[in-house]
Amino acid sequence: MANLAAVVGIGQTKYTTKRTDVSIAGLVREAAVNALKDADLGWDDIDAVIIGKAPDMFEGVIMPEIYLTDALGCNGKPMLRVHTAGSVGGSTALVAASHVQSGTFKRVLTVAFEKQSESNAMWALSNPQPFSTHLNAGAGGYFAPIIREYMRRSNAPYDVGIKVAVKDRLHGARNPLAHLQKPDITMKEVEESFMLWDPIRFLESCPSSDGACAMIIANEELAEQAPKSPAWIRGGAMRSEPTMFAGRDEVNPQAGRDCAADVFQQAGITDPRKELDVAEVYVPFSWYEPMWLENLGFAPVGEGWKLTMDGATSLIDGGDIPWNPSGGVLSSNPIGASGMIRFAEAARQVRGDAGDHQVAGAKLALGHAYGGGAQFFSMWVVGSEKP
Amino acid sequence: MRDIAICAYQQTDIVSDAGAQNEVELIMPVLGRTFAQAGINNAQDVDFVCSGSCDYLQGAAFAFVLGVDALGAVPPIKESHVEMDAAWALYEAILKIRMGHANSALVYGFGKSSPGELPIVLSQQLDPYYLAPLWVDSISLAALQARLMLEQGLITERDMAEVVSRSRRNARNNPHAQLKGDISPEDVLAEETYVSPLRKSDCCPVSDGACAMIIATVDQAQAWGLPYAVISGIDHCIETHNLGMRDLTDSVSTRMAANHAGMNAGKVDVAELYAPFSHQELILTRALGLDAETQVNPSGGVLAGNLMMASGLSRIGEVFNRIVNGEAQRGIAHATSGPCLQHNLVAVLEKGENA
Amino acid sequence: MSEEQDVVTVIQAPIYLKYNFTAGAAPARFLTQLKKGKLTGQCRDEPGAPVYIPPRGSCPATGKPTEKEVELSDKATVQSFTIVHIPIPGNAIQPPFIVANLVADGANISFIHLMSECVNEEVHIGQRVQAVWKPEAEWDYAMDNIKYFKPIDEPDVPPEQIGKLPVTGWEG
Repeated sequence: MANLAAVVGIGQTKYTTKRTDVSIAGLVREAAVNALKDADLGWDDIDAVIIGKAPDMFEGVIMPEIYLTDALGCNGKPMLRVHTAGSVGGSTALVAASHVQSGTFKRVLTVAFEKQSESNAMWALSNPQPFSTHLNAGAGGYFAPIIREYMRRSNAPYDVGIKVAVKDRLHGARNPLAHLQKPDITMKEVEESFMLWDPIRFLESCPSSDGACAMIIANEELAEQAPKSPAWIRGGAMRSEPTMFAGRDEVNPQAGRDCAADVFQQAGITDPRKELDVAEVYVPFSWYEPMWLENLGFAPVGEGWKLTMDGATSLIDGGDIPWNPSGGVLSSNPIGASGMIRFAEAARQVRGDAGDHQVAGAKLALGHAYGGGAQFFSMWVVGSEKP
Repeated sequence: MRDIAICAYQQTDIVSDAGAQNEVELIMPVLGRTFAQAGINNAQDVDFVCSGSCDYLQGAAFAFVLGVDALGAVPPIKESHVEMDAAWALYEAILKIRMGHANSALVYGFGKSSPGELPIVLSQQLDPYYLAPLWVDSISLAALQARLMLEQGLITERDMAEVVSRSRRNARNNPHAQLKGDISPEDVLAEETYVSPLRKSDCCPVSDGACAMIIATVDQAQAWGLPYAVISGIDHCIETHNLGMRDLTDSVSTRMAANHAGMNAGKVDVAELYAPFSHQELILTRALGLDAETQVNPSGGVLAGNLMMASGLSRIGEVFNRIVNGEAQRGIAHATSGPCLQHNLVAVLEKGENA
Repeated sequence: MSEEQDVVTVIQAPIYLKYNFTAGAAPARFLTQLKKGKLTGQCRDEPGAPVYIPPRGSCPATGKPTEKEVELSDKATVQSFTIVHIPIPGNAIQPPFIVANLVADGANISFIHLMSECVNEEVHIGQRVQAVWKPEAEWDYAMDNIKYFKPIDEPDVPPEQIGKLPVTGWEG
């Protein structure tokens, strides 16, 4: 069956609103060079490049791999471009892994990026189409009614989202790469922040960031020779379902449940809360933490919010299952890269290389991404031990 | 590695304007025929699905998301997408089968290029700071390449006209072709130049349509009892985006991909080459060292109709059709992306036991 | 290099591309009825098949075409909603306004539309609403032939019933 593969290098940029000092090519190259340095490798050591980003309209460059091949040292090599909406960073990592797990390549580079400042992402997301109503006020307008339905079903207290918003920003303050640096954020500050799409407040939403994330994935032989400890890929899964269909559970989508069941089965996990040490999960609006706690099986349906309120997901409160110690999407959101950052941060944790946001002794971690109308999912489990 | 076979292939007619049909309406009938050919019900009966498309053809972000509405993806399916020609979606699906996470896969590509001005749209895939603001369209860049070929005496305008004439004549046997007919090289040479030195017939037309393919392990193909063609090799390779740094009269990356895919391990009966311009067919034929033993573009190639984002996959489908029909034992298919053949993929197909 | 050289951090390169948009065959049938002031859903031509509005060409759950048309009521139920406090680019509507996921009687899926003539704080899941149409002379091939939906005096629909009402409506 699948060959073993592991992450042997990780590189990221600093996430920020506008990286005017670099071009798109400069941005992706910075992340790639950082990953090569981390792995103590050069461009010639890379057999193929797999690149991912959200819609081309976010920068206005069609099929940007064509232009980015030079910056990524890819000339004379295979280059593949993945696009699966918001989950793309995660699915790109999985497609990159499949290059190695299939035995086709020994060592590949994967990069995901978004340079939102080069265009207008809000416009690209809500680009008015003839014959349809133009009421899409960005992604928040789409997800707010779904969050409201979760609140109704679960009877969760009104301040669960506020708690998540604070927790992830306090986590982000420990991560020097995080876009938002808010070490002094309070529940009151979040609660009093501007209501955008009721029930989503400004500080319960992700920022808009420029940034890129890169990883080097190698086969078993090369991973064992790597100078730093590798993060072994213990399982990877993707699921998709249509945006709208009669009877769809938008709050707790089956695609997410199935994807989690698949990846946990591959990794031999039966109780994710107990067996995983840490999770990096795509939470662009704060209420998605309790929703995904339930969707991914960390808590029974209707009780995800209790983990959040008990501090179980907080690194700072010493919770038993920290979620998003890096600060998560709520602290940095270069859309097309956000999924890969989750996957890479999970790998950093099990490599013991997560700096001030390290979960002590982390051995097994989940990386998660979702996209579209919460209909595309990609996940992986990485571990410090070889499977 | 596990041997992988193509078991089914279907495409729409290649038309200049699919009219009122939207993308979902374009895809659904092709998928239905592909499932029927494989004797399965829907995408639930394969282990993986991957597609290729481009948002900018229709001018809306997330074009591929609506494609999922054609799949019957309830319960949820294992599915992915490349913003590339569907030949690269096939590549991703092959990796998934090789690693043992799937035994079968549906691959499809679609493009409705008619709503926009395709050559202008493609100018925006160039370097966004230096080239895209100049709005250099894809035909002008190809013309620059053709000029180099002509000035260096590597080809003549008549050679190009012969490619066009053969394409149109071959396309008479292709029920899906958009441009077909009995035109001679003299007829082509009598045309005015369009973007000098190219004549309109030297350029592929703008087309709408979709195609779909089912692949599986050879074991699965045999269990289904279907005629199949084995994909004995597949590889792809990209070159620098800087046109000034490339020898535009050659296609090094095509040759590299063909070598890696094992093209030279046997006789090549048929080659389907994705050459959007007549002179590019000559570049590719020479880069691959094809001789008279190999029939090139018996379908008419993309000069007879170019399903942008699906033409690469349909080249592979055309070779599959010829192998399972007994017209060929072994063949190669080629796909390209980017200006002046920047990125190239080559697949080698061979007759399977049931074919 | 001269020290006085400007550091270039931004260039302006506007992109304008022109497209001839087509809605699709199934959406075109829907829009044709809408121009006549009728809301029509579509479904597969099978008994009990789910009814979609606005139709996009396929029944997404099965990937089969929605060939059958079903006229729906312009009464609907609030499946969920958000109160939006920021303007929509290119839209004249002033915040705060309500964008709701509404399920028309006889349909099995929600569509997005505005709510008005209501107290924002009193809008709730399960609430009954009805379309307020523009004057007939202004009808076009567009969902905004309906200006917005407003609350009506009918009992709330329990959440588990939302999306399952017949076209004849809700008796309470």
